[in-house]
Amino acid sequence: MTDPELTAPDPDDTRLTRHTAGAFDIRNFIGALIGIYGVVLTLMGLFGDKAYEKTGGVNANLWAGLVMLVVGAAFMTWARLRPIIVPDHVGRVLDDPTRPAPRRRGGH
Amino acid sequence: MHALAGLPTADTLIDANVVDYFIIALYFVFVLGIGVMARRAVSDSIDFFLSGRSLPAWVTGLAFISANLGAVEIMGMSANGAELGISTVHYFWVGAIPAMLFLGVVMMPFYYGSKVRSVPEFMFRRFGTGAHLVNALSFALAQLLIAGVNLYLLGSIVHALLGWPLWVALLVAAAIVLSYITLGGLSAAIYNEVLQFFVIVAALLPLTLIGLHRVGGYQGLKDKVAEFAASAPASAAVPPAGQQLESWPGQALSGFDSPVWSIVGIVFGLGFVLSFGYWTTNFVEVQRAMASNSISAARKTPIIGAFPKMFVPFIVILPGMVAAVLVKEIAELKAGGSPAGGASGEGVKYNDALLLLMRDVLPNGLLGVAIAGLLAAFMAGMAANISAFNTVFSYDLWQRYIRKDHSDDYYLRIGRLATVAATVIAIGTAVVASSFSNVMDYLQTLFGFFNAPLFATFILGMFWKRMTATAGWVGLSAGTLSAVLVAFLTEDAFGDVSLGVIPIGGQGAAFLAASAAFVVDIVLSIVVSLLTQPKPASELRGLVYSETPKEDLVDPHESRLPWYQRTIPLAGVALVLVIILNLAF
Repeated sequence: MTDPELTAPDPDDTRLTRHTAGAFDIRNFIGALIGIYGVVLTLMGLFGDKAYEKTGGVNANLWAGLVMLVVGAAFMTWARLRPIIVPDHVGRVLDDPTRPAPRRRGGH
Repeated sequence: MHALAGLPTADTLIDANVVDYFIIALYFVFVLGIGVMARRAVSDSIDFFLSGRSLPAWVTGLAFISANLGAVEIMGMSANGAELGISTVHYFWVGAIPAMLFLGVVMMPFYYGSKVRSVPEFMFRRFGTGAHLVNALSFALAQLLIAGVNLYLLGSIVHALLGWPLWVALLVAAAIVLSYITLGGLSAAIYNEVLQFFVIVAALLPLTLIGLHRVGGYQGLKDKVAEFAASAPASAAVPPAGQQLESWPGQALSGFDSPVWSIVGIVFGLGFVLSFGYWTTNFVEVQRAMASNSISAARKTPIIGAFPKMFVPFIVILPGMVAAVLVKEIAELKAGGSPAGGASGEGVKYNDALLLLMRDVLPNGLLGVAIAGLLAAFMAGMAANISAFNTVFSYDLWQRYIRKDHSDDYYLRIGRLATVAATVIAIGTAVVASSFSNVMDYLQTLFGFFNAPLFATFILGMFWKRMTATAGWVGLSAGTLSAVLVAFLTEDAFGDVSLGVIPIGGQGAAFLAASAAFVVDIVLSIVVSLLTQPKPASELRGLVYSETPKEDLVDPHESRLPWYQRTIPLAGVALVLVIILNLAF
């Protein structure tokens, strides 16, 4: 991004540039949390108490963990392949004549 | 987490170990992390209250259902599943999906297109002060109450699962919700709701699958339910197996003896009046759609939400049904006994079905995920109530009637203060709920009656330009009063206070009261409108169908999208799917 002071007299111009949501893409949060859960559960399934009497003989932690690893990875991949483009400048709500007018600071 | 082990602890319902605690703690780190990240994006009040109207439809769509997937829904619906069986699905397939599709297809263009910031504000534009005050005040009060109930349930679950004293659990839970909403506003609430949705699924799906595995699959569940219904003592009044395993005609749910009236009650009372009143006018949900980035995304919000919503019953109701045949205490309760224990410590209730099933079938590890999922659900519910409350309070009450024409920063500050105040009040409400839980139930029923006539007023107001401002508030107040009156006359809508003049109890009473509200509202609105002066047509653009140019109601870019991203085809697919589900079960 260029310095607005030097190249753009209208500060609104720089606000029209677009960038990706990056780390604050909710899919990365979901992918990371489900992925870590997947790692923990897979380890529990391999090394922890399998509690077969509760699950009816299925290694529930292991299976759930593996599925969560796949789901977590899928979210991360989706976020990587189709990043969200965040428009810096979101259209202002037009003034409603019946509404008490809020006076905005900063003028955008 | 283990620092808290020094607190005095009660006997816990579930034995969580260190891995479970780690999983729960990790979830809270993410929740707060989202609050902090969303904080960077909040620069003015529109950002704070409406997320800057910038979110994609799949995000708002998941938040839309997650906002509703709170404590009442998860515990209540699994409890109904345990007690009544599969007819509980009507709350989803009849009582939610059609109304959600209607909201997206018909009503959302008015909400989003008129640029109002809240549902009560639409009320103001269409009908002026009277209807606006009725709507804004009843909504704000109801949100405070429900936030308190959600918080109480959250606190009691933490108490039951982890053994913390109730007051510590209440304070910690409230502090967490408060911190992420005051930081990030609606964006934080919505992003957390999306995360919560996936954590809830990760919690309930394995629980359902393992539970079904234990009872021998779905066929095994059916056999066991039938066996149970046949052998239960008559005094326990267990619904016959046919009613528990087939969704229609649903007498177990409606409380009507006649199958025909049961269908009428469910379709008209629940499916039309109650659910349309709730889903199409409740700002908690509509706010999620208003936060989306275009009119097309706003319309798709409830429709995209409808797809996961129709499968939620499988991970909420089925575990309840499994619990009724697999968990010793729940089976005992259903057979007419009164087993000791439960989350409240005052005996097992149907609300404990999910917790007890978790105790019986989940190994440590998955148990932690399940607890995190429940906590997620309860926080989602409370956060949704509070974020909707602070918008209505700041814009519709404070700015409209108390302090007009201040700077945007001022209202942003008021919004944050309202959030703090709402949380404090919710803690108070939760404390009251812990000693008077019946009163809370009846208050919730009461506030439910404020929703019933809303849909009548909105739909008439949107499609009949002759409807007047006076008709707006008269219809709304009279409708609500008649619902309350009918509820008093039934057997048990308000517990012992109800008189029993009308011989209908259970859910049927609520259906009847809501239907009365709807009919009274429509009739009175028409009569009053014909006697009073309508608003000039020039003021109705964007608010009434016939006065709004077609192009204001649709997104010009939408016709360029592939069919699966367009509103109407998506709604059609959802409708067909839900009809198939109704036929299949």
